[in-house]
Amino acid sequence: MTTLFEVSRLSKEFGGLKVSRDISLSMAEGERLALIGPNGAGKTTFVNLVTGRLRPDAGQVRLAGEDVTALGAVQRVRRGLVRTFQVTRLFPDMTPEEHVIMTVLQRHGKATRILARFHGDSAASDEAAEILATLGLTEVARRKVATIAYGQQRLLEIAIALAQRPKVLLLDEPAAGVPSADTPRIEEALARLPASLAVLMIEHDMDLVFRFAKRVVVLAAGELIFEGPPADVARDPLVREAYLGSYAHAGSQA
Amino acid sequence: MANATLQSAAAPRLRPLGRDLIGLALIALAGLSGYWLFPDNLAFLTRVISVALLVLSLDLVVGYCGIASLGQAALYGAGAYAAGIACINGITDPILLILIGAVAGAVTGLFTGAVMLRAHGLPQLVLSIALVQLLHEAANKASWLTGGSDGLSGMAPAPLFGVFEFDLWGRSAYLFGLCLLLVVFAVLSLIVRSPFGMVCRGLKEDPLRISALGIYAFPVLLKMFVISGAVAGTGGALAAIATQVVGLDSVSFELSANALVMLVLGGIGHLYGALIGTVIFMALEHTVAAINPFHWMTLVGAVLIAIVLFAPRGLSGTLDQIAALLTRRGGRAGR
Repeated sequence: MTTLFEVSRLSKEFGGLKVSRDISLSMAEGERLALIGPNGAGKTTFVNLVTGRLRPDAGQVRLAGEDVTALGAVQRVRRGLVRTFQVTRLFPDMTPEEHVIMTVLQRHGKATRILARFHGDSAASDEAAEILATLGLTEVARRKVATIAYGQQRLLEIAIALAQRPKVLLLDEPAAGVPSADTPRIEEALARLPASLAVLMIEHDMDLVFRFAKRVVVLAAGELIFEGPPADVARDPLVREAYLGSYAHAGSQA
Repeated sequence: MANATLQSAAAPRLRPLGRDLIGLALIALAGLSGYWLFPDNLAFLTRVISVALLVLSLDLVVGYCGIASLGQAALYGAGAYAAGIACINGITDPILLILIGAVAGAVTGLFTGAVMLRAHGLPQLVLSIALVQLLHEAANKASWLTGGSDGLSGMAPAPLFGVFEFDLWGRSAYLFGLCLLLVVFAVLSLIVRSPFGMVCRGLKEDPLRISALGIYAFPVLLKMFVISGAVAGTGGALAAIATQVVGLDSVSFELSANALVMLVLGGIGHLYGALIGTVIFMALEHTVAAINPFHWMTLVGAVLIAIVLFAPRGLSGTLDQIAALLTRRGGRAGR
């Protein structure tokens, strides 16, 4: 297995407050890694540093062997580092189909063509229909996003990410805000992600983390304090201390 | 299920095209009825068309990209002056003059876009005002080229296709303008539904989402500024050909602001909203100003307040809502 994604000694400070300190982690092809941590641990900052929305003060981000630290967010996406959003960022007036077609067109380098019909690219439309079908969104494919259920919007976020054919996928709380009745569908979709894809999931829901990830890293106060299999995470004294009992129930489940 | 997917992929795709053709037919019908009903007002109607092109161009930037601008007349005036200056210097073919106006507008759009896209929100709006004021002042100072505050006059465009003269009655100018409007409207209808147009709509809603798809915003928006400039420049050139005068008012803040008012009146983000807004605003201006030249703006203000309060999406948005209510029975597929 080759290392696909590597973060080394990543640091970021906001006005003297160290929100990321020497974070290092790496992911191999096909790996399923979860990043957890209490509120304010610096998870969002970490995502922003990795995706290129923030510049680190020190450290490196490497993607498929290439140093992408100096590249902007768009360039990183184009190289296969794709993210979903904790709060869905979708276009309420467009349909799921249109979202996915736009994404596929972008991958084909045709997203900003003026002399073409948006719905005229049958290869893109077919691919979009296929992706939407695998996520069970065919029925709502033609409805405006504003009118579909939140769980379906979360699935659409995943559909868009898949349409980008990423190498590394960052899932930012994929089940956040979804009614518990709909979480199994999200989990099912996550279980069917392409095997070769390296997935880093940032999640609060410990049950989901335990079922999804083979390896867990814990971030607290900007530092990685634990790395290992999910079964060990709740037993780790440092982790317990970091959560200060707010996640004590997770211990009983482990 | 695969079957259902296929079917749903093929079915409602023809509808937008059909709707476009109906829209074009309606514009042509309205235009021609104007020709028959108000034969003595063709000069005014031609001005309505040229301003409609300006408002359409503004809709591309404001309605489709979400960039507020109070300086759109810079692009319109650039087209008007370019066509006027070319005409005085011996290029008299009207179609060529329109092309010159469109190119001048596009180039101005490229520059104003490059400047305006450096900022966001209110600073961007202020930049747009600054740009149109700068251009206004430049046109005023360069009187050797533009005629300054006296305006540019003395142009004599050749007959269209060598046959239809731009006479006092303004018939040729009006029908020429109507044809231009139809062509521009058809082209823009295609552009706003192209992949490019969809990305612009996306940028208006959420630029971060678009960049997460791996798309750079700047070149897309700059392209729209160029297209918008070409449309505004076409309107300016039409005004220059029809009136055979180009004045400083064509690069004014006032015209820019009025264009925005017309757009809000008609409804932003709909091409036909731009047309409806222009026609209603200018018809009001024309009739009310004749009755009371000092207080006509009061009435326009009152109408605008009423629209913002009771139909916040503009007249076209309200028409859309009514149409949606009427067609709800027809199933929820398509838009």
